[in-house]
Amino acid sequence: MNALPSRKAEDWRYSDIAAVARAWPVAVERIDVAAGTSARRMIVQDAGPGSATIRQFEIVVGVGGELNMVIITSGGDYGRVALDVTLYAGARFEMGGVIVAGETQVQEIVTTVRHAGPGATSRQTVRAVAGGTATATYLGKVAVARAGQQTDAGQSFKALLLTRGATANAKPELEIFADDVKCAHGATVGELDANALFYLQSRGVPPAAARALLMRAFLSDALAGIADDDEREAAEARVTALLA
Amino acid sequence: MLRIENLHASVETGSIESGGGAREILKGLTLSVGAGEVHAIMGPNGAGKSTLSYVLAGRAGYTVTSGSVTFQGQDLLALEPHARAAAGVFLGLQYPVEIPGVSNLMFLRTALNAQRSQRGEKDASGAEFMKLAKAAAEALGLPYEMLKRSVNQGFSGGEKKRNEMVQMAVLEPILAVLDETDSGLDIDALRVVADGINRMRSPARATLLITHYQRLLDYVVPDFVHVLVDGRIVRTGGPELAHVLEADGYVSIAA
Repeated sequence: MNALPSRKAEDWRYSDIAAVARAWPVAVERIDVAAGTSARRMIVQDAGPGSATIRQFEIVVGVGGELNMVIITSGGDYGRVALDVTLYAGARFEMGGVIVAGETQVQEIVTTVRHAGPGATSRQTVRAVAGGTATATYLGKVAVARAGQQTDAGQSFKALLLTRGATANAKPELEIFADDVKCAHGATVGELDANALFYLQSRGVPPAAARALLMRAFLSDALAGIADDDEREAAEARVTALLA
Repeated sequence: MLRIENLHASVETGSIESGGGAREILKGLTLSVGAGEVHAIMGPNGAGKSTLSYVLAGRAGYTVTSGSVTFQGQDLLALEPHARAAAGVFLGLQYPVEIPGVSNLMFLRTALNAQRSQRGEKDASGAEFMKLAKAAAEALGLPYEMLKRSVNQGFSGGEKKRNEMVQMAVLEPILAVLDETDSGLDIDALRVVADGINRMRSPARATLLITHYQRLLDYVVPDFVHVLVDGRIVRTGGPELAHVLEADGYVSIAA
């Protein structure tokens, strides 16, 4: 990573460029999952108020390897967690992403998943909640090389906007050079269900608690893929604390 | 217990294309419900039955333009919806809402403890809550396992209504306002739901049953039957009035 990106670059068009400059340059972090092994990582971007943070990861999952990742980004004026993942034959990559943004925050998750060998599987489930005049962005690219036959890739992004001033950006991108692949993606942006809010209130739950409960339920989709119970509960507790 | 005086209320009529604004639905409704009583409110479509239930529960979009509602000596309309629930008002919804990702148990426990904390009472422990929920589910023929699923998601119409009754049994309201709890029920489910309502009857509680048909009133025999037409109560009688309505329809009454 060398030159400071500009807003003209696709990957940075929704970014807070002034904040990006404060975080620049970025040291790339590496995660290598050896063939046939499995690993789990939780990346929590909860930097303090006023900060600008970019975490950039280069990830390689070897033949038959498996990586389960959870990303929770919520801290600072600007937060960005970006992954460039290369999957070899039969590798598996599962990622849950949570974005919580309020006030004037800009929070981004950016993923590029490269299916370099055949029969690899990838899933990204990202859920975002944005209030104030915040911006939540998910850019997800899946690139399937010629060798990536029988790729099974899935991507789901959903955002809840709590205010009229909040923004969600979603951009799925597929680049496929193999002919026998399955690549699914979906994105929706909505608001809290007024009927569900009234239902909770009519049972005695105050409005703020009702909203937090609905937001947590919404975000928990992104954590459902965490196989380990303790780890999932820890992630859920973190998300709950963010909404309090 | 509940005193509704000359209540006028309007409902926001959504879209700007249709001119927006508000339409008056309740036009001077007066009703008094004493402790221990069951009142049935019957009336044709569009008379204001559901509006009455929403106004009592405090749903957004329903505006009281004049009149008053006093519940146990306090001004009910001054309270927010959650505070009304904590004060003891329960609204059984005609169309219970589905909430993906929130289990029935989580929903109910959150509700129970929210009410308790507003009343300055201690939270229910996990064990105490579990016992209450299990007993309620069993009494209403809803498999306890279903309470672990998301609120009302994948529930049949009958199961949703049973679930409303499970919630009522756990929350133990003082006043239950049940909006067409009987709609969409087959005869077996109707009996179970009626049992649920009857079980809650006590000298300290009251029930307002809002219904289209006399059928439910065969199982939950009301002390009073009121006929609501065009936003007002036009006639009040005993249980026999429901049978007259069933035979003659609302038109003869309204005339």
